[in-house]
Amino acid sequence: MKSSVYQALGLVATLGLTLVGAPEAIAAGDPLVVYTARKYQLVDQLFQEYGRERGIEVKFVTDDGAPLIARLTAEGANSPADLLITVDAGDLWRATQAGLLQPVKSPMLEAAIPAHLRDPQGHWFGLAVRARTIAYSTARVKPADLSTYAALGDARWKGRLCLRSGKHAYNQSLVAMMIGDLGEQETERVVRSWIANLAAEPFSSDTLMLKAVAAGQCDVAITNSYYLGRLQAEDPSFPVQIFWADQGGRGTHVNISGGGVTTHAKNRAEAIRFLEWLASPGIQQRFAAVNYEFPANAGVEPLPTVVAWGKFQPNLVNVGTIGRTQPAAVKLMDRAGWR
Amino acid sequence: MMSTGRFAPALAAFAVALPMLAVLVAVIQGASGADAELWAHLREYVLARVAWNTVLLVVGVVLIALALGTALAWLTAACEFPGRAFFSWALLLPMAMPAYVLAFVAVATLDYAGAVPVALRAWFGDGLWLPPIRSTGGVILVLALAAYPYVYLMARGAFLTHGARALEAAQSLGLGPWAGLFRVAVPLARPWLAGGAALVAMETLADFGAVSVFNYDTFTTAIYKSWFGLFSIETALGLALLLMLLVAAALGVERLARGRARYSASDSGARAASRLELPGARGWLACAAAAAVFAAGFLLPLIVIARWAWDVAPLDFDARYGSYVLRTLALAGMAAAACLALALVLGYATRVSQGRVTQAAARIATLGYAVPGAVLAVGVVGALGAVDGWWRGLAGGEGLWLQGTVLALLLGYVARFLAVAHGPVQGGFARIRPSLEEAARGLGLNAREVVTRLHLPLLGAGIGSALLLVFVDVMKEMPITLMTRPFGWDTLAVRVFEMTAEGEWERAALPALVIVLAGLLPVVLLTWRMERAARAA
Repeated sequence: MKSSVYQALGLVATLGLTLVGAPEAIAAGDPLVVYTARKYQLVDQLFQEYGRERGIEVKFVTDDGAPLIARLTAEGANSPADLLITVDAGDLWRATQAGLLQPVKSPMLEAAIPAHLRDPQGHWFGLAVRARTIAYSTARVKPADLSTYAALGDARWKGRLCLRSGKHAYNQSLVAMMIGDLGEQETERVVRSWIANLAAEPFSSDTLMLKAVAAGQCDVAITNSYYLGRLQAEDPSFPVQIFWADQGGRGTHVNISGGGVTTHAKNRAEAIRFLEWLASPGIQQRFAAVNYEFPANAGVEPLPTVVAWGKFQPNLVNVGTIGRTQPAAVKLMDRAGWR
Repeated sequence: MMSTGRFAPALAAFAVALPMLAVLVAVIQGASGADAELWAHLREYVLARVAWNTVLLVVGVVLIALALGTALAWLTAACEFPGRAFFSWALLLPMAMPAYVLAFVAVATLDYAGAVPVALRAWFGDGLWLPPIRSTGGVILVLALAAYPYVYLMARGAFLTHGARALEAAQSLGLGPWAGLFRVAVPLARPWLAGGAALVAMETLADFGAVSVFNYDTFTTAIYKSWFGLFSIETALGLALLLMLLVAAALGVERLARGRARYSASDSGARAASRLELPGARGWLACAAAAAVFAAGFLLPLIVIARWAWDVAPLDFDARYGSYVLRTLALAGMAAAACLALALVLGYATRVSQGRVTQAAARIATLGYAVPGAVLAVGVVGALGAVDGWWRGLAGGEGLWLQGTVLALLLGYVARFLAVAHGPVQGGFARIRPSLEEAARGLGLNAREVVTRLHLPLLGAGIGSALLLVFVDVMKEMPITLMTRPFGWDTLAVRVFEMTAEGEWERAALPALVIVLAGLLPVVLLTWRMERAARAA
């Protein structure tokens, strides 16, 4: 038994050393290095396409936003990263606060991306828009009964509301936005009224929650629209529909997936050029379409599935404010018992 | 030789503890920036509840895993029943099933909107009440099913060596098989059961994937929330430090309780166990119990993910999977080898020196397993960043030096998984009677020869278990791999993460399935060898 164990160990060690020692292939131009929280299946094709167009290598690693920020912080000036892409404005705000992103002046980006979806100083730019709004059962709810986020706390929704976990950034950013609009006290009252109306313990994912609406465990929920887009694409008769919240008021809450150039970028010019390329009309359509999101570039139409939900008025407050109020939102949700 | 006896072991133990020490320093440094106002908030609204939840979870999971692991190990090691040969290795297979996959399969199929309750309501009417899977009981059950193989593996090793004698002793006292288990075998196997239970407890404490699927709040989810939601990595590290202190204290208490009792086997070689025949209905009952655990922990979830994987394979399966598999296996293999080598050094050092310094080093070196992987990853990149900065200051130039290499990744794995290799190796050392060493010395063997000709051959099963446990754990590992991997080093677990992060759990079934299948190989290989070794002895 023993000798073969050691043989195996030796083999593994040799294999390991070969892999460690293998020198990296060196491309013609300087490579562009991206740290991205937008995942492989949503970015790989476009990244490779850009690389081919420019004759450079686009290297990237994926992870959640917070670990990528921690990685950038630890690497400091030695970091190879040129660009940080996240799926939450709060993370971009956080990275800016930590001094990890640098301001960029680009007339093209400023023209293409609406002001509320980018940092006024140019530290980051929204590339795709995700709307968090109300989803309802087409079998048991009349859209006329729906109006605002806050109204989901009304007595008529007792035992009929489903929510995702309060630990998720999308809910935290919704509450952060509400604090900006309604103030902390009123927001806490609303959140408490939601918790009192819950039909089930909060869910770990929007998809599971929407399936619970379809199955009859609850009648209304708060979701990012693209999760429903995926379910509707799989099953066009999925009995859940989108309602745009707060249309009479400040508008539906939106968050962004966006990016910014890192402070210690080695390939700054290429990183800016890449952001501009991602914000250009033809690419914008595809960048958003792979995930049923809305293009950040207002001149670009989303997918037909998404268009079918109708036009909506987004809340125009700058998405960067989400980051500033998010810690207050999380504490508020702790107090209100949003698990 | 005797003159080195005092310092060499302590020095060696500290060298082994170095990766975890570096991580610890980075964590302490980070935690020193913790926000007092946030602490006050956590104390008032969060800590009491998550502490209670965590205790409930750990106690529940450890008790169930201990019961399942011990009973099943006893059945397959000391008893004879229909299907025993199959179950003796098949019951290890749930180890290859990541807890987060098991959790998602359970919630997706058994929650209100899942296929099973939907079908049941269709038959019995909408009013049918079913116990909610998304509950404390549900999450405990799922984690216990994923974790019992740790206990099973360690207990089985002990029973295979002690089993025959325990059984003889029990029979001579006129005790039946169950009385034999509780009154003779379990007390004899206590250090191994405790070792298995400690691994289960640490794994449960550090779990984030499975508890998130259940939305069950623990210390670990509070750490994540402080970091991701409250934007305070410092507070998150502070919480992690608190968790580590509690774990170190708990392990210390366990060691004190065990005292100086020695548990070395009364005969060092394993003798073929004369297994106790379970006749008729009792044999089939044992078979049914083993089958139920095997089905719930492995077969049924495997069928579910295979079904999902079948649907998504045309979308996702391509040549990249070859690279995922190769890199996953390479990393797991290298990490297993590294952890084993260090565990052997540590096991030997703590055997020859009972000194406080050596023991303390061993405790630090193995602490990483109780820490949520992501926190450990922050410590790892913090430590690596410091080393890189220092090296650039010294050598000049720019860019990363250590961070972003496979070596960095391996250091992270060692910090996290050394405990997993240490457990079985330590258990193996404990089984070797000191009198054997004295005899070997008496025959003129020097210290090196004692190691190569006595220790290593006798450690066989422990070495195998250590390799297997680390290998399988690394295959399933996510946060350290994500945060420290070099460009292009995407593994199967990274692929699972990328799918699940966007909520596409069904699409994650394909890489998850490949993880399980690739994990089968070492499990089968090891159990087959253990079986053969036991038979040959």
